Amino acid sequence: MTTAPERTDPTPLAPGAPRSGTTFLGLPTAPRGVGHLRGDRPFPDAARDALRDGQLRANLGHATSTIRAKRARVVGEVPDWEQLRQAGKALKTATMARLDEHLVELERQVTARGGTVHWARDAEEANAIVTRLVQATGTDEVVKVKSMATQEIGLNEALEAAGITAHETDLAELIVQLGDDAPSHILVPAIHKNRAEIREIFLRTMPQFQGEGADRDLPDEPRRLAMAARTHLRERFLRAKVAISGANFAVAETGTLAVVESEGNGRMCLTLPQTLITVMGIEKLVPTWRDLEVFLQLLPRSSTGERMNPYTSTWTGVTPGDGPQEFHLVLLDNGRTAVLADEVGREALHCIRCSACLNVCPVYERTGGHSYGSVYPGPIGAVLSPQLTGVEDNASLPYASSLCGACYDACPVAIDIPSILVHLRAEHVEAQEKTTPEAAAFKALSTAMSHPRLWRLTQRAAGLGRLLARGRPTLPPVLPPPASGWTRSRDLPTPPRETFTQAWAREHGGRS
Amino acid sequence: MTSAREEVLGRIRTALGEHRPEVVVPRDYRAADERPAEQLREVLVDRLEDYKASVLRCGPDEVGATVAAALDAGLGPGWDAGSVVVAPGVPAEWRPDGATEDDGRPAVELAAFAATLTGVAVAIAETGTLVLDGGPVSGRRAVSLLPDCLVCVVEAGQVVGGVPEALRRLDPTAPLTMVSGPSATSDIELERVEGVHGPRTLVVVLVA
Ligand code: SF4
Repeated sequence: MTTAPERTDPTPLAPGAPRSGTTFLGLPTAPRGVGHLRGDRPFPDAARDALRDGQLRANLGHATSTIRAKRARVVGEVPDWEQLRQAGKALKTATMARLDEHLVELERQVTARGGTVHWARDAEEANAIVTRLVQATGTDEVVKVKSMATQEIGLNEALEAAGITAHETDLAELIVQLGDDAPSHILVPAIHKNRAEIREIFLRTMPQFQGEGADRDLPDEPRRLAMAARTHLRERFLRAKVAISGANFAVAETGTLAVVESEGNGRMCLTLPQTLITVMGIEKLVPTWRDLEVFLQLLPRSSTGERMNPYTSTWTGVTPGDGPQEFHLVLLDNGRTAVLADEVGREALHCIRCSACLNVCPVYERTGGHSYGSVYPGPIGAVLSPQLTGVEDNASLPYASSLCGACYDACPVAIDIPSILVHLRAEHVEAQEKTTPEAAAFKALSTAMSHPRLWRLTQRAAGLGRLLARGRPTLPPVLPPPASGWTRSRDLPTPPRETFTQAWAREHGGRS
Repeated sequence: MTSAREEVLGRIRTALGEHRPEVVVPRDYRAADERPAEQLREVLVDRLEDYKASVLRCGPDEVGATVAAALDAGLGPGWDAGSVVVAPGVPAEWRPDGATEDDGRPAVELAAFAATLTGVAVAIAETGTLVLDGGPVSGRRAVSLLPDCLVCVVEAGQVVGGVPEALRRLDPTAPLTMVSGPSATSDIELERVEGVHGPRTLVVVLVA
């Protein structure tokens, strides 16, 4: 069974070319050719296609506005929300400042309680570790509970190559997997599919609907579709020997892992199989048990807009007589230390994957998750993916934003996404060897803006733009290059007859 | 060759450099809820019902009868006591006659039971959450997971206001399950469906 469509690597490697880039401190970014952090097309091209898909836009618009309203209601219920948010931000900053020490402590605690800790430099190493662990149990199938980290590293494809079938068990992931599709939203990955499409996928792919005499009566009501998924997965849960999970949090001082979910598929995976393998990015730590009191309040309300999600499971190593008796924790770098090296950009590692920033983003609402090319879509994806891969491999993502700031306001750990976007844009522009028209324009603009006389000249020159507009409120989209690079995706207002400085000078007699 | 462990830790040290900020975490959020106990219990009932759990209240000497009524509600009248599995530490007075005590059989065999009866470790009023801690009264995790109907008894002193108070009462190293309503999904067109893989019916008996 395939999982997500193969994505062509946008930058095929010349023989002997480096497998990954490095930052200025020499820290490697996530390797090319494995996993899902890079799209096969730049954001503007993918977005233009998505914008033509009316069904997708309708589904997305409905989804994001519904979740926004729910979130606003339950956040409004909490009188100390802002205090929790600031505590969450500070806790993450504190965690990052001592990340090495906390990881060593986590390892000590997990090991002391019967678990085994593995370290993976990158996607390939993590995939190899997990494949080896699964093979050691002698099984050729595993159940999986939603984990962004394992999507990021392309684990399902790696397992498949080793002859191991991975069953996604989250309803949305199952829809995506059976439909041979890619997730489009962190929280509701199948939001781009409606009930009729889901019914069709289930009837076509679930064994219970195949063969002579199978009862193919499946109305497209969500309840009936969910029950079909329950039947389909129940048997797989009961026979599974190995489960693979992600983790929402890990507590360094106690070695406790936490998974937050709704359906109970997480509990099935964390409880029934003999062996549990958890793959976790090294940034998911919190220092102390007490710190969870902040994040367990922030996450559900920001994410699904619930006071608390139906199920939160925590476990520490192995508990005799209860749950898996073998536990492996794989700690994944895959470019995270490169992000950590950037003093501005490292804040992106504070993300608790609630998806609130997606739901408030006007760009995401219209283009959907697929346009971002990476498993991390939306505003957080626009700052995280280019840092994990090196900005040269996801160069269009820092521009996939209008910088309106809604993401910052919604973020439960107050990540200043707009500032990181601007920072990455600057980095991208600087990094370009040959000067592009846009880079030249930004450079010229910044020079002009810092010299008043030049600025006035520039503004007067812009008056020429009025000729091109021929009285319409915006300039024609088809301007000659290099200006077309800008107007293709933006409405450029026709420059005013008179600039602000000119008007001021006229009305105030030259005083400025 | 350096191990992956040494290399990742080394990269972190390089990334952070010499200067590591000392961060003070402001903890001026609410640590406790000072509302009177009865008011907290009312909030708990309201939140549980809001998330589609049923709640039955009773006095300390009526638990057995109320559990029976809860099973009537969850399974329909005429249920078979043998199809109800109880966590080993559940007091005898709570149990229906003829119920099966969990004897540590292979977890998957618990799927054959229609309903489960357990106690809880703590209940959080503000979020409508029951916390099971894997102890004798809560039972091991599979017990409260596989049967389709879950009945939980909450005692008066177990209700706290918010999440911080609950975490203070819990042992972090125990296998904890926090339950807020029946299992649910909103993955299809965001329409909420109660009950996917976990118990589809949750009935809470609140003793107070
Ligand atoms: S960046 Fe903030 S709002 Fe966006 S997913 Fe992460 S935690 Fe949530």
